[in-house]
Amino acid sequence: MPRMGFASEALARPLARLLEGSTPQGRRLIKAGLAIFLAIVIMSLAAPVIAPYSPVKTVAPPLQPPSLKHPLGTDVLGRDVLSRIIWGGRIVLWVVALSVALSAAIGIPLGLVSGYTGGRLDKALSMIMDAVYAFPSLILAIALAAVLGPRPENAAVAIAVVYVPTYFRMVRGQVLRVKAEPFIESARALGLPPWRILREHVLPHVLPTIMVVFSLSAADAVLTEAALSFLGLAVTPPTPDWGFDLYAAKMRALSYPWLIIGPGLMITLLALSLALIGEGLGEKMAVG
Amino acid sequence: MGLLRYVAVRAALIIPSVLILYTIAFIILRVLPGNPIVAVLGTKNIPPEQLRALEHQLGLDKPLYVQYFEYLWNALHGDFGKSLVIRGRSIALDLRERLPATIELAVAALSVSLLLGLSTGLVAGLRRGTRLDTAMRVYGSLTYTLFIPWLGLMLQLVFGVWLHLLPVSGRIDPQVNLRTVTGFYVLDAILTRNWAALKDVLAHLVLPAFTLGLVLSGPYTRLLRNNLAMVLDSKFVLAYRARGVRERRITLHAFRNAIIPVVTYAGLQFALLLGGAVLTETTFDWPGIGTYLVEKISYRDYPAIQAVILVFAVLVGVISLLVDIVYALLDPRIRY
Repeated sequence: MPRMGFASEALARPLARLLEGSTPQGRRLIKAGLAIFLAIVIMSLAAPVIAPYSPVKTVAPPLQPPSLKHPLGTDVLGRDVLSRIIWGGRIVLWVVALSVALSAAIGIPLGLVSGYTGGRLDKALSMIMDAVYAFPSLILAIALAAVLGPRPENAAVAIAVVYVPTYFRMVRGQVLRVKAEPFIESARALGLPPWRILREHVLPHVLPTIMVVFSLSAADAVLTEAALSFLGLAVTPPTPDWGFDLYAAKMRALSYPWLIIGPGLMITLLALSLALIGEGLGEKMAVG
Repeated sequence: MGLLRYVAVRAALIIPSVLILYTIAFIILRVLPGNPIVAVLGTKNIPPEQLRALEHQLGLDKPLYVQYFEYLWNALHGDFGKSLVIRGRSIALDLRERLPATIELAVAALSVSLLLGLSTGLVAGLRRGTRLDTAMRVYGSLTYTLFIPWLGLMLQLVFGVWLHLLPVSGRIDPQVNLRTVTGFYVLDAILTRNWAALKDVLAHLVLPAFTLGLVLSGPYTRLLRNNLAMVLDSKFVLAYRARGVRERRITLHAFRNAIIPVVTYAGLQFALLLGGAVLTETTFDWPGIGTYLVEKISYRDYPAIQAVILVFAVLVGVISLLVDIVYALLDPRIRY
């Protein structure tokens, strides 16, 4: 994960680069997405400071409706719901960062090599990746997470595995497109080794598409993490986690709605912020 | 090349992908967890003779490659093995009981998502660049990122608890009698002319189908909008306009051209539909394959989980085959 600098100076430059060459509408989408995303990241990092109560301690009678002392009420164990929501983003963000990094780290090199070299290896890999891609990813992630056991890192591995084909297919497709260009041929004629051609000439052309897929698959990963949590496959109590809190509240949700409104809203907001960034970046590509 | 040959080639392609998924499932469920019996019992303190007897009874003492091919061979004959947890319970029987519920939900949700997605996409495509267009785009992204269990619970809250309009869980009221013929309750109610049951079954279907359908409708909005925009910019539309063809007819023609890629997408979407069905079923206590999978996961019933993955792999393959056939019928240029 990149270091998070909060000085506006540190944010300004990458933001400018991200917005470079995008349409006004795309720029609006990216900005809106980034604003929500950064707000959630800051809230999660600052949880120890801003949360009014401990997320895991009983601080009031159970199942109290929202009040001034507990703006979002208390849960079945008398814990402050607002504090749990403020703390609850940490696991999702960690799992999503880990899983997206893992699947990109596996899928991108495989796609580059497979697409560039072609031949039997490419055929076999593509067939495997296509089969997994066509299968409901959530179901495979559920099976994998269940076998590995309910820990955030295991959930990240399960999510990473099912998204490898997404990166592989996208990168491979782009490589096939770029491969036919004359500048690759000339690089080859100059005697550059394949790994240098891939790194210096192919990868830069694939990067914009990777960025789009990166944020869109991060949005998917948020929903998948929430789903695994909701099925009790990502964390164990008393860890605060939005998906898990929904699962814990499911039985009582209809009588005590304040237990579910917050966590679900946060999941959707986080997924939406990443999807907006992805869409904004996609907008740029279509034009430039 | 004829359509028949195309279908045959395309059908043959299902086999390797099902095999690949079976292999992956086998590795995940039989190789990774070590001994499934230990996993089920949750303890390693089992007398060794008893453990060995159990292993022998369930065929787990055979080499892995024998287990791999034996299970496959049996599955080909409709035998998905027996549950590890409820000893001796046939998994195939469980699946036959649960599958219709899931397919019923999936078909209903697909209809909802097409209805919502195509109508919003049509509006956005015809009113490009206006506020309405932007609103529809927001609709597309926002619905896609809704978390299914949350949306389901919120709808239960509004329509079940506050408005008392619709039932919030299950497929049918236990007090309603319905003779099952096919296992598809809507179909069964019609076949047996049981109109009271039909009303109840449809009422139970509304919220789950809407939940899943709404979340999956966004991509159709965008797809139809972009296709429609492309077609409306094409030369034949310009020619129509030049000849003074009425807008309504142009729209009809454009819509027919723009809808073809949507068909292919609906096939791809089916996998997403099944994944979403797991969450929808869990949220609405819908007795389908999804809740079955979640139940079996909590008991670590590995043969049952393996069977679910195999059935879903075949289902996904068959659906994409059907979609490709429809596509080939719609667009004669597509052939192998």
